[in-house]
Amino acid sequence: MTPPDYEYLRKLLKDHSGLDLSADKQYLIESRLLPLSRKCGLAGISELVQKMKGGAPAIVAQVVEAMTTNETFFFRDKVPFDHFRDSIMPEVLKARAARKSIRIWCAAGSTGQEPYSLAMSLKEMSAALAGWRIEIIATDLSQEVLEKSKAGIYSQFEVQRGLPIQMLVKYFKQNGELWQINADIRAMVQHRQLNLLHDFSQLGMFDVIFCRNVLIYFDQDTKINIFGRLAKSMEADGFLVLGAAETVVGLTDVFKPFPDKRGLYRPNAARAATAAMPKIAAMAGR
Amino acid sequence: MKTCLVVDDSGVVRKIARRILEEMGFEITEAEDGEKALEVCKRAMPDAVLLDWNMPVMDGYEFLGHLRRLPGGDAPKVVFCTTENGMDHISRALHAGANEYIMKPFDKDIVADKFKEVGLIEVTEPTPV
Repeated sequence: MTPPDYEYLRKLLKDHSGLDLSADKQYLIESRLLPLSRKCGLAGISELVQKMKGGAPAIVAQVVEAMTTNETFFFRDKVPFDHFRDSIMPEVLKARAARKSIRIWCAAGSTGQEPYSLAMSLKEMSAALAGWRIEIIATDLSQEVLEKSKAGIYSQFEVQRGLPIQMLVKYFKQNGELWQINADIRAMVQHRQLNLLHDFSQLGMFDVIFCRNVLIYFDQDTKINIFGRLAKSMEADGFLVLGAAETVVGLTDVFKPFPDKRGLYRPNAARAATAAMPKIAAMAGR
Repeated sequence: MKTCLVVDDSGVVRKIARRILEEMGFEITEAEDGEKALEVCKRAMPDAVLLDWNMPVMDGYEFLGHLRRLPGGDAPKVVFCTTENGMDHISRALHAGANEYIMKPFDKDIVADKFKEVGLIEVTEPTPV
């Protein structure tokens, strides 16, 4: 890919989705856009860029979609789901014992593997959750991806990435070469289209937010802005889970790392307290 | 070095599996049917068995039954790798003591995921950037 083509794509993606590719993401573009080029009957990425320069909104939309859709597997990276089962849920069960409700947000729900992995994890601990109200909200930028998530239908390849075979047997029904996750698991997940660049306060407050492998594409300021708004959408004793290659460190202090659990963060109580003080002072002065 | 016995009547599949597993650091032995695989296990139990279902002489399912009754035969992690992709076959395999199940066609990522799942290889994480 030529440097001018790369720059063109970088700017296009930044303008259309906030996606901020650093100077070294050629491989990512190639792995996502070569298949798209072929699908459009074009020889390669140069031809794709030429086509877009000539004005092809349908192709632009597909390029944005291809670049912002995350590769995703069931129980991706495994560790975050161990944290969910072993660290997050035991604390949430204690902290919400009176209210008996849990709200979880998958902020880059993609084709459903992540929200359904959480749903299956919760199903596995259903004895402890009897009588609890559980909400899992999956959001994504792409409506197409959300439709796939809603359907919960996966190829043989997809169900073999990260999903233990016992879970396939327990929670899926086979239909030829395809596998559909059971209706009771699907019913645990609600879907909403959402661009993280826009206001999401209408989603309400969450106990747990999974926001993995999406902020990685945004620039610093956008990340800081999103972290700030995520903190406002989270209960003071909630949990934030980021992707393995993501961190808040050096960007913001609204969240702090959870000791010894990589990828796990909590709202920074000290900061929340100082932030709240001027408000109280203002009220007192009124 | 961990050892893996690759059992498949297709030389091509054994070769592909060998290449994938050697890259993951396994020492490989091969067998072309269940009976030969059983002989290998009687000499020395491997850490892992990648097991086809349909083979001449003795199929993978029958092999698994014999293996699990051998002294020390409960130790190897057995991962089926077969074109039998029906729920009924998967359930039977798990019931007979299989640890994981790969539906062909497979690739390196699937083998790696399944071997991670049963603890044969470690889960590695990318470092924060």
